Amino acid sequence: MAALRIRDLHKRFGPVEVLKGIDLEIDSGDFTVLVGPSGCGKSTLLNIIAGLEKASSGDVEIGEAVVNDIQPKDRDIAMVFQSYALYPTMTVRQNITFGMECRRVPKARQDEAVDRVAKLLQIEPLLARKPGQLSGGQRQRVAMGRALVRDPKLFLFDEPLSNLDAKLRVEMRMEIKQLHARIGSTIVYVTHDQIEAMTMATRIAVMHQGSVQQFADPDTIYNRPANLFVARFMGAPPMNTVTARLEGGPDGPVAVVGQGADAIRLPAPAAVGPDWLRRPVILGIRPECIAEPTRYFSEDPAATMTISAPVELTEPTGAETIVVLRLGGEKVLGRVAPDVRMPTGAVGRFAVDTRKICLFDPTTERLIA
Amino acid sequence: MKAARRSPGEVLPLLAIWVPVLVSILYVVGFTLYTVWIAFTPSTLLPEYGWVGLKNYVAILHTRNWNIAAANIVVYSVCFLALTTFLGLLLAVLLDQKLRGENVFRTIFLYPLAVSFVVTGVVWGWLLNPGIGIQKVVVGLGWTDFRFDWLVDRDRALYCIVLAGAWQASGFAMALFLAGLRSVDADLMKAAQIDGAGPLRTYRRVVLPTIWPIFIAVFVILLQFAIKTFDLAVALTGGGPGISTVLPSMVVYDFMFQRGLLGRGSAAAVLQLLMLVAVLVPYGVFRRWQTLKAARNA
Repeated sequence: MAALRIRDLHKRFGPVEVLKGIDLEIDSGDFTVLVGPSGCGKSTLLNIIAGLEKASSGDVEIGEAVVNDIQPKDRDIAMVFQSYALYPTMTVRQNITFGMECRRVPKARQDEAVDRVAKLLQIEPLLARKPGQLSGGQRQRVAMGRALVRDPKLFLFDEPLSNLDAKLRVEMRMEIKQLHARIGSTIVYVTHDQIEAMTMATRIAVMHQGSVQQFADPDTIYNRPANLFVARFMGAPPMNTVTARLEGGPDGPVAVVGQGADAIRLPAPAAVGPDWLRRPVILGIRPECIAEPTRYFSEDPAATMTISAPVELTEPTGAETIVVLRLGGEKVLGRVAPDVRMPTGAVGRFAVDTRKICLFDPTTERLIA
Repeated sequence: MKAARRSPGEVLPLLAIWVPVLVSILYVVGFTLYTVWIAFTPSTLLPEYGWVGLKNYVAILHTRNWNIAAANIVVYSVCFLALTTFLGLLLAVLLDQKLRGENVFRTIFLYPLAVSFVVTGVVWGWLLNPGIGIQKVVVGLGWTDFRFDWLVDRDRALYCIVLAGAWQASGFAMALFLAGLRSVDADLMKAAQIDGAGPLRTYRRVVLPTIWPIFIAVFVILLQFAIKTFDLAVALTGGGPGISTVLPSMVVYDFMFQRGLLGRGSAAAVLQLLMLVAVLVPYGVFRRWQTLKAARNA
């Protein structure tokens, strides 16, 4: 059953169209992350789902019912805000019960619900405090508590972790994911952080300039990005994209990067159509698919190919070493094991995982194969 | 010498600040102390440098004028504060509803503050005068039984000053409240909306409690306005009918410049100053406490 369905949704602010026809269908129990750079319209979309803003046209359905003209309070949703939006003059307990108070839930049931949520989030000792006396992580928990206590059809999260420091953010990320696994609720989560998207989501919608670029599970988004924007936005460092020319070969199509003696021939995905032969394409390859020559990618020996390329720069990060190399004259990044040291300026040997090569149309920027 | 080497660009700001500061200290602090001293002397038309102790204070506190003025200032301050705060808050909340043409309304509501108290007093005097003002207009329209003659009613003339004062100051209260409302995190309103709170409950439970320090600031500023009220009352009622609307500042003026009793007048002025101190000192302490608390939490 679709917990949330969005059909051909448009939003205009005067002459500016910030959402250009959004279609999404989110199943019950899904953890959907809307991810994109600032200004892509993801927060506007979330506000429209919540009913805090009105769409210019299109439909929002929550639990199979069109809610376009329904007030936020009657949409059976709960929301966690970036600023947490805790009521500063109320105690944590009052913050959590305010929604029930507005809905005239009997006092005994309120207390019961608070106890349940406080135990779930381990905020029992904080119930009598005011938000000003809490740390960032504690405020975050209270904000989630306020949402959880309602047991709604849909949870909306608006960049809830962006005000936390890096360490706490990683902890809360895991906690939210565990919480979702435990209570199985439907979540729509907005973030600009692609790592949050990859780690937490069951489905990711990548947004850019007011439209959804790709809506798929994290593996598909990462390995088969629908276009160059998704390829370059997801992953840190992002996917390498270089221009190449497609040629026929005895074992199927070959992508040639660079010219003359520097040229490197990489096997292209077999699925590419014959009409692309002898035409320029954009070849995409993730940095982790370029590694030290001893790397073992797959049982299939054809998956790995060894190449030589000049090393321009190495950046040891501790967990791995990022290598800047010249692939057929073009600058690309590779990720080698941390203890591999490649002398700058020398020609190094690299293993390339050829299964994960993507090809894009240089004019439409869409994935070809 | 070190100072001689300073460039004119460095000296100018110091001159610009220190000259007015010294002049202000001389006039404000100096003459306040002088007034306090005069209040202990038997001065009449001209200062005399004897010592009479608290005699002037005792005499002032036993005059009918002062007693009526003291009672009036309490009633006036409470009513003025209540009405102005209410109107200011109402206007601010209405303006906060993302109104089209907000700037125009804000200017209109703030405009009375730019009008001199005397002008306000005179114009409201006309409006409230039963012979030429609102009562005459309404009677002229056919409601011949209509009466609105508070200005000439001994028990109600004071409320006319409240009315005019509130008209003048509510725009100022509005500006302060509006600044407070604008500083409230917009997400709070959204959260309340999702929690199911209507507009009334959102303001009562979420927004207004959040801006309570603004209320204190508005109260204190309005209260010291009220205690100092002079020209508005003089232009509107002149203390009348009779001496029913006399205020402390008018008693000071009366003793000093009408009756030529500088000692008595100074004593009344010092009493008025004490009222202000009673308002401002606790506020200063409160502000200090708040800053300390904020520093501790940060």
